[in-house]
Amino acid sequence: MTIDVIGALQAEFGELEFEARSLMRYADGRDSGQLWVRVPAERLLDVMKFLRHDGRCKFEQLSDLGGIDYLNFPDADDRFAVTYNLLSHTYNHRLWVKVFVNDPEPAIPSVTGIWRGAEWLEREVYDMFGIRFTGHPDLRRILLPQNFVDHPLRKDYPLRGKGEREDFERVTREMA
Amino acid sequence: MELNQQQQKTEVVSTGGGEFAATRLDYLVDGIRKYGINWARRHSLWPMPFATACCGIELMATGASRYDVARFGAEAMRFTPRQCDLLICAGRVVMKMMPVLQRIYLQMTEPKWVISMGACASSGGVFDTYAVVQGIDQFLPVDVYVPGCPPRPETLLEGIMAVQRIVAADGVKTSQERGRGLGIVIQPARQGVELGPGLGGKS
Amino acid sequence: MGVSYELKPTTLTREEGSEERWVLNFGPQHPATHTTLRLLMEVEGERIVSCTPDIGFLHSGFEKLGEHLDYNQYVVVTDRMNYVSPIANNVAFHGAVEKLFGLEVTPRCKAIRTICAELARIQDHLVCIACTGLDLGGLTAFLYGFNARETIYDLFEQLCGARFTTSYTRVGGLAQDAPAGWFERVVKYVREEVPPAIKDVETLLLRNRIFLERVKGIGVVSHDDAISWSLTGPMARGSGVRRDVRKDEPYLCYADNWDGEGAPAVEFKVPVARGGDILSRFLVRIEEVHQACRIIEQVVEMMPAGPINVLPEERATLPNKREIYFSIEGLIHHFERIMTNRGFEPPVGEAYFANETPNGELGFHLVSDGGRCAYRVRCRPPSFINYQVFPHLIVGHQISDVPAVLNSVNIIAAELDR
Repeated sequence: MTIDVIGALQAEFGELEFEARSLMRYADGRDSGQLWVRVPAERLLDVMKFLRHDGRCKFEQLSDLGGIDYLNFPDADDRFAVTYNLLSHTYNHRLWVKVFVNDPEPAIPSVTGIWRGAEWLEREVYDMFGIRFTGHPDLRRILLPQNFVDHPLRKDYPLRGKGEREDFERVTREMA
Repeated sequence: MELNQQQQKTEVVSTGGGEFAATRLDYLVDGIRKYGINWARRHSLWPMPFATACCGIELMATGASRYDVARFGAEAMRFTPRQCDLLICAGRVVMKMMPVLQRIYLQMTEPKWVISMGACASSGGVFDTYAVVQGIDQFLPVDVYVPGCPPRPETLLEGIMAVQRIVAADGVKTSQERGRGLGIVIQPARQGVELGPGLGGKS
Repeated sequence: MGVSYELKPTTLTREEGSEERWVLNFGPQHPATHTTLRLLMEVEGERIVSCTPDIGFLHSGFEKLGEHLDYNQYVVVTDRMNYVSPIANNVAFHGAVEKLFGLEVTPRCKAIRTICAELARIQDHLVCIACTGLDLGGLTAFLYGFNARETIYDLFEQLCGARFTTSYTRVGGLAQDAPAGWFERVVKYVREEVPPAIKDVETLLLRNRIFLERVKGIGVVSHDDAISWSLTGPMARGSGVRRDVRKDEPYLCYADNWDGEGAPAVEFKVPVARGGDILSRFLVRIEEVHQACRIIEQVVEMMPAGPINVLPEERATLPNKREIYFSIEGLIHHFERIMTNRGFEPPVGEAYFANETPNGELGFHLVSDGGRCAYRVRCRPPSFINYQVFPHLIVGHQISDVPAVLNSVNIIAAELDR
């Protein structure tokens, strides 16, 4: 169960003071049952290696890796968060790990050494938010053109863009 | 002053794309064009399926057995632009793909026509975002717009038939003669309504 | 200005003395790449030495749109993600929204959603199976497969009005109930049209020696690699990974007691193959189609009567017209949902919900700040994650194996790029 994982984490990394928080608590007091922990960026690799290999955790698979920009979120302390969704095949439980970073130059160590599937997911977060992953084998843009300058999923980038979508040459019939 | 005998037999004829003086020889050549060459052209349009997204699946369904596009002679979907004459742009075109589309268009050999299939190719569709080009007609000349999201195969077939009507009326023109606007109105306009540029005859 | 295609040549290194090594550009406009994919392959003769995929030719900003469309409007966009099985994405998205809101949908809604999800599974697998033939040069299998899908399009058109981009689910329920006689037509389809279509494709392909030589042992993913690369769906199950979200984290009718009165979960088997090559994935998909037919028959037999939307008191759906016109509570609930300055009022927090779509585990991670639009919609796209392993699969194979492997990974470009 995920609760055992939290207990194991608290035992191993006492100084980080892990506490299990629920992703969602409903208005009538129910809990969604999905737990997350907060990890500081500099200890991320140690914690992730522990979660991957420890007998009580055994999170063999990294299901998802996504970024969130908390610029317009009420009562947010940090600007960016990267959420790791870990899945254990052995015990069939999930855990969410969040790392919070800030501008300028947000940077997080890369977990591609632990789960190979993080490679493109981290590239996508870099592309969309501008968060650099140190130690990534090939950190460059993946979904947008290589010469695109902005990071679109940031809240201060407008939905309709800044004119990049109209910046092309017109081809007319005379140009056959 | 005597009129030239040749001039007495000429009339001024106006077609969709221009006006030219007609002699009997011109009528003969025009007849060969309309009923020979254009007839052959419009019943063997080879599409270049530039299928990017969901409209690509409906394009495939149009080519499949139920909504057979082979009836129109158009089942030879050659994926090389050099052998095609009808570019069907099916699906949204994003800014990374736009230069590719333009290059494919330029690689096609004359005469060529373009169908913009679906709402996303015609105007950006549901996606008014930073990445999607809001209508390929901003950067590419388009002959027929097929609306729908995605258009039903019957709608696409109607679009292909509209291109066939354009081919029939067009005559064989070089690119210099064509200019902007085809002078083709698929639906008759109401009186007194101002049409946009490129619609409703020569402006 | 336009767009720059320069790629940093990280994997394109030149060894001394290999004169036959050259770079082949595959795509983005190419018939064998299913829509817009680009591969830069460094090739020595016919053998591929390294491969760099270039994606993003269909990136439309879906996740950014999620922050501006509310929870019912966004379903239109989810249709266009995995466009060969669009209704599965609708079901996944609204499952996540209902988890965010804490709503439990009615049993009839769960049953209909299960049927739609399984029909979408049949739809998607028919494309992949049929295109396996197409990419290797056998057009007939493609036509047979696509013909079977036309009936599914008809069924969806009867259900929700659109062949293809269905947008059928709503928060707390469905857009409308199934028409009379629809369930019988679905069962008739599943019993009479799907098995012969699959049998036709199998007969054409599986007894063909050329086909077998071209798919056996090609594009192999080992079991540990599949887990490490986060693969899910038939890609993973073809390599021996025993995981299916329907069995491990059950939802809708796959969970026990789904109607609150003790109805059992649907019985079905999850096919798992050991080879890890294209043939294994092909066989897994065929068997999943058979199991999907079995599930649909069971659900139709158990179909409960009743409403398809949750009660209006839950503040998520529109009440029916009779209540709106003849009761003040109905009118108030209607206004509360419809007026643009009101709309949805979800709790603040996050939720993640995963579905087993035909391609793999499609999950939506929604972050809500209490407003009518989501604060962040993150889609966990199975195609994107499955495609990561492709460069490692294809090294050492020949150029003509590329379409076959690409098809077996079943990449849907819209889900890949979003």
